[in-house]
Amino acid sequence: MAECHPVGFQWVMEAKNRGAKIIHVDPRFTRTSALAHEHVALRAGSDIAFLGGLINYVLGNGKEFRDYVVAYTNAGAILREDYADAEDLDGLFSGFDPQTGRYDVTTWAYEGADPAPAAGERELWVHPDEEHGGEHHGRSARAESYGSGGATVHAKPIIDETLEHPRCVFQVLKRHYARYTPEAVADICGVSTRQFLDVAEAITANSGRRRTTAWVYSVGWTHHTVGVQYIRAASILQLLLGNIGRPGGGILALRGHASIQGSTDIPTLFNILPGYIPMPHAHQHLDLDMHVGLDAGATGFWGNMRSYTVSLLKAWWGEHATEDNDFRFDHLPRLTGDHGTYQTVYNQLSGKCKGYFLVGENPAVGSANGKLQRLGMANLDWLVVRDLQLIESATFWRDGPEIDTGELATEEIGTEVFFLPAASHVEKDGSFTNTQRLLQWHHKAIEPPGDSRSDLWFYYHLGRIIKQRLRDSTDPRDRPVRELTWSYPAHGPTDEPDAESVLAEINGSGPDGPLSAYTELTDDGSTSCGCWIYCGVYAGGQNHAADRVPGSEQDWVAARWAWAWPANRRILYNRASADPDGRPWSERKRYVWWDAEKAKWVSPDVPDFEATKPPDYVPPENAQAEDALAGNDPFIMQTDGKAWLFAPAGLTDGPLPTHYEPHESPVDNPLYAQQASPARQLFGGEHNRYNPVGSEVYPYAFTTYRLTEHHTAGGMSRALPYLSELQPEFFCEVSPALAEETGLEHGGWATIISARTAIEARVLVTERMKPLRVRGRTIHQVGLPYHWGPNGLSTGDSANDLLSVVLDPNVHIQEAKAATCDIRPGRRPRGGALPELVREYQRRAGIEGSET
Amino acid sequence: MSESGYADAQPRMGFFTDTSVCIGCKACEVACKEWNLVPAAGDASDMDLLGLSYDNTGDLGANSWRHVAFVEQQVPASRVDNLGMPAIGAPEQEDEAGVRWLMSSDVCKHCTHAACLDVCPTGALFRTEFDTVVVQPDICNGCGYCVPACPYGVIEKREEDGRAFKCTLCYDRIGDGLEPACAQACPTDSIQYGELDELRERAELRKQALHDDGVTEARLYGDDPDDGVGGDGAFFLLLDEPEAYGLPPDPVVTTRDLPAMWRRAGAAALGVAAAVVASFAGARR
Repeated sequence: MAECHPVGFQWVMEAKNRGAKIIHVDPRFTRTSALAHEHVALRAGSDIAFLGGLINYVLGNGKEFRDYVVAYTNAGAILREDYADAEDLDGLFSGFDPQTGRYDVTTWAYEGADPAPAAGERELWVHPDEEHGGEHHGRSARAESYGSGGATVHAKPIIDETLEHPRCVFQVLKRHYARYTPEAVADICGVSTRQFLDVAEAITANSGRRRTTAWVYSVGWTHHTVGVQYIRAASILQLLLGNIGRPGGGILALRGHASIQGSTDIPTLFNILPGYIPMPHAHQHLDLDMHVGLDAGATGFWGNMRSYTVSLLKAWWGEHATEDNDFRFDHLPRLTGDHGTYQTVYNQLSGKCKGYFLVGENPAVGSANGKLQRLGMANLDWLVVRDLQLIESATFWRDGPEIDTGELATEEIGTEVFFLPAASHVEKDGSFTNTQRLLQWHHKAIEPPGDSRSDLWFYYHLGRIIKQRLRDSTDPRDRPVRELTWSYPAHGPTDEPDAESVLAEINGSGPDGPLSAYTELTDDGSTSCGCWIYCGVYAGGQNHAADRVPGSEQDWVAARWAWAWPANRRILYNRASADPDGRPWSERKRYVWWDAEKAKWVSPDVPDFEATKPPDYVPPENAQAEDALAGNDPFIMQTDGKAWLFAPAGLTDGPLPTHYEPHESPVDNPLYAQQASPARQLFGGEHNRYNPVGSEVYPYAFTTYRLTEHHTAGGMSRALPYLSELQPEFFCEVSPALAEETGLEHGGWATIISARTAIEARVLVTERMKPLRVRGRTIHQVGLPYHWGPNGLSTGDSANDLLSVVLDPNVHIQEAKAATCDIRPGRRPRGGALPELVREYQRRAGIEGSET
Repeated sequence: MSESGYADAQPRMGFFTDTSVCIGCKACEVACKEWNLVPAAGDASDMDLLGLSYDNTGDLGANSWRHVAFVEQQVPASRVDNLGMPAIGAPEQEDEAGVRWLMSSDVCKHCTHAACLDVCPTGALFRTEFDTVVVQPDICNGCGYCVPACPYGVIEKREEDGRAFKCTLCYDRIGDGLEPACAQACPTDSIQYGELDELRERAELRKQALHDDGVTEARLYGDDPDDGVGGDGAFFLLLDEPEAYGLPPDPVVTTRDLPAMWRRAGAAALGVAAAVVASFAGARR
């Protein structure tokens, strides 16, 4: 966190100063470790074993926050008799089809629930002949759509409040993690039992009625084939300890860029619409009712999805969207399969994808297997790059590594590349949404130089010109564009559209002007709203993202600093900070409570609960939406109002996090016969061969990461002298022991080789890299910051070129944080000798010519 | 009248750099260069990995007015625990050694007795109303006397320019009530700017708090008005001996002995003159 989020880390230092204990769990000793009380070095890719160990410690020692767990989680829910756990099936859950590599999730449901849960029907359970064009239809699962609420279950579970029923979630959980002992953690992670128990004691002592513990993570947890399950494991631990929905608790995601949260809220992802409304599928969602019927949980706040969707359609197609024409639901594009970024690269290689927009993204450096990315882009008709600098993705046709090796020739690349300089955030108005869901407005400080323009300018005028061209078209397929609402006031010499007018559209309006809360949205077409969770940011016609009342002039919750979605609520699910009767769990952690006199919930924050629903409210039979949730169901976006220790729906790769080795691992999986996640998304192909497990040819583990001095793929830092001189070139970090074993010299050069390519880096030998004892042997880890490419002032090979494309099946994220390699002294070969070296390694590993 | 010579001085302003909360982000280096228009490393030959942990600046100089040192140390695991600092890995699996990583943002000390100022023949170096030491580039003639005079090796001539440069404690900001660029950019308040007397009190409390937490290694550096430079206007809380950070353990203003030397030289000259006079006088006899 100190490395990549130094500004946010000031609050960790503030907490430390006030007595908080800071524990840093990371394969590397970083700037964060330097300031933490304790650094736990674990093997990259072994975190579920570590977290599972903590869960087992909690359950085995009765350290769970029992009252919280019984009341607010699904611990007591009874599972079906035919559910089989990874413990029963040696690493698989019931329902796995080895043919397709996918799970049928029917048996993961609660007992008595619909035997084929709707969730399964819509995203997990696609019959083979429903697939389209051989693409992975079922893989377009939309775990992202749970950004504002869980998957749906269509029946409330049968609960055993004693948690003793052998098939209740609590008992299943206990059995599932029973073998995640301190000794197993030591064996898998390389963490000593002493240190593991120190951590376990620290977090359990600091949780409960009077205290809370927070977990903070970044892409070190998400860039894995089991990335979603990493977060699930942390969720289970935090729920058992009662650390969700309470001040000082939570699981906090640190994002890789400013407004990454915003780019999922108003998504740049292919499978969701604004506000996490699912994108319709070509074959499943023929009309709005079907779409809403399939996707909306009948109970909980997702029960109002029709209002959110109709209001979105009204925002986009205005007067053209009416009750009679299903509010132009037909105008929405439909999914025909996986349209994720890596599938798109394969589609480029096969010629299916012909045009590509890169907006503030440098896949030639920043994405896994850079070579695959560059080969894909070299096979396009056209490519639009909008960035601050001439990044490698704009110049690969001229100076990419494949030009030097002869694998590409400039004159043979047909891609027409358009480079359009972009304005930086200080050169335009707009908002950032941070990880705390806080929308913060930024005002333009200076005009962008030269031809640089904002993204808003680019898309507004592009849309305007396209609409102009299609003005007289009678082709039905052009109607969605022709009818699109597209009028924003533009001003200044460059006709810059007014960013606040876009925010106002996102906020939404009704017959009486700007809306002030999403609860005002209707499904009759009288309201429009570009993103339901942002409704209220422009309440009263005021830009609340620009609210900046200093902390000293308001209470500690600071509700008048910027605006948090939803409803300016700073802590989600904060009803859980009170006990089932509505009293704070403790005075020390008081946040939301029921005021019986006023008959309402009160808090310095906005209560995440219906304001006047009393704690003893019991829903009547057949109640719908939020009315179906009881007065002690804090998790209001869930169809059952409970937080899920066990996920009966919504995940493609298992209802409980399970330790699987990374796809490329130096060791075997001691817990199960199943080595890696059975549902992981594999690609293969000539340029994406995989290192075999436990290979002596690629014996070392490596992990990639960022440095404080540079920004991701370098577009914002490697061209700047003041930043470049601070980290002037690419380097690798190795332990003295590995340096001695391989003959590496401090300050010299190393060549690092995987089945994809070989790269070179200067060598930093440092005691901060520590070999770990894992599975009875010494495992060396190589550290590789990934910022570099050939362009700019600070240059070097790209670490991500070493990585393969192998993905988490829920969210299609690459496994960038744990893979294997060889490392040897000296610079890499030039020209055609480079691919020859890679092939020689492949031959020795027995994977030359393999397709997977 | 302050010891530095101002009759109606404002309170003396300075830096307290608390290295125990420095995270090595180098925002101070960048903010300083941005505000003061200090040149970047320049040509490609300067763009070299130094191999000094994460430090690629190396030292203070004409083009680096703030410099973050990164010190990697091996320490026994038991000692690590005592210091309240982290231990790496699984000690009983490997050897008992741990590692700690010290970071510290160095800067011009703005000495009470500033040798650079004493030796400057043009008056380019002067003491400001804030008791800080500033070099005026429009007066500096590039003689370079100040360079060897500095006991900390801070001030340096910019080769392509010829004149000497160093930290001004953002003279052009503090006069307007702003804090220096580095202090403003520092995310963890490792760099604190303020009235020196108040900073010294704050530093003493911080040192005491760290001692109470078991970080007995914490010590102040440059805070003592009785040290060889009369105390620093920019002083530090360190977690190890000054030498570990590349700081001189006992700096002395290099002009300290000049008056005595001049007196002796004068006495010697008088003696020689007297002898000469005496010899002539004697010769007449």
